[in-house]
Amino acid sequence: MATTTPQAATDPLDADPPLTLRDPALAAFLAWLVPGLGHLYQGRTAKGVLFMVCILGTFIYGLFLGGGRVVYAQWRPEKRLPYLCQIGVGIPALPALVQASRARSGKPLLFGSEFMAPPRIEPGRNELADLHLKFHRYFELGTVYTMVAGLLNMLVIYDAFAGPAYYGRDEEDEDEARAGDTGPPAGS
Amino acid sequence: MQTLSEIWFALPLIVAISLVYAGTRHEAMGVILGHAARVGGWIAGCMSLIWIFLLLVSWWL
Repeated sequence: MATTTPQAATDPLDADPPLTLRDPALAAFLAWLVPGLGHLYQGRTAKGVLFMVCILGTFIYGLFLGGGRVVYAQWRPEKRLPYLCQIGVGIPALPALVQASRARSGKPLLFGSEFMAPPRIEPGRNELADLHLKFHRYFELGTVYTMVAGLLNMLVIYDAFAGPAYYGRDEEDEDEARAGDTGPPAGS
Repeated sequence: MQTLSEIWFALPLIVAISLVYAGTRHEAMGVILGHAARVGGWIAGCMSLIWIFLLLVSWWL
């Protein structure tokens, strides 16, 4: 368990609270499973709730825009690369893997519906084209929303593992320090 | 007009991205909200400039 204390802040309302990164590896794993869960585990409740609302809200809204079909896993015949970003939200995107496995083996799909199931591409019928026709631009919008949610959770996972980047100092201080680093060394 | 109404789809993304980005930079909620407001303003400003540029180009072409 790593505990650090911040530098003194001029405004007490803006002072960083004492930070305890309880079991960073487990917290990072929990943060991947459910966005914000790693922070809740570490007792960083406000940030945990903030991340959970923002990321799950974005993911669910994207899923809604695309009728529950924008998150699916497929490698053949077409690689569904956006899923590599979407899987960043953890459990909420995992049913797509189960649906892909069941669709491949011919078993009945989960939930008795095509929710997160890969589109069927058969000779003479491309369901992906049908989905684009049905949802129009909202299919792409939903894909972008769910991808952004997954990518944002990568930042959250790192924050659960290593703590915030500017802990105990302003980003202006950070910029000044960075600017100082880039200057030529004295006497050279 | 339809294109204008679709710009509103960017708003939830800007809010979510700003809050999460700022949240991973600080620990105090007051600082997070202030940083998120600045980041959101920058994103909206840059997107607006690009939108105006593209609008002008579309008029010119």
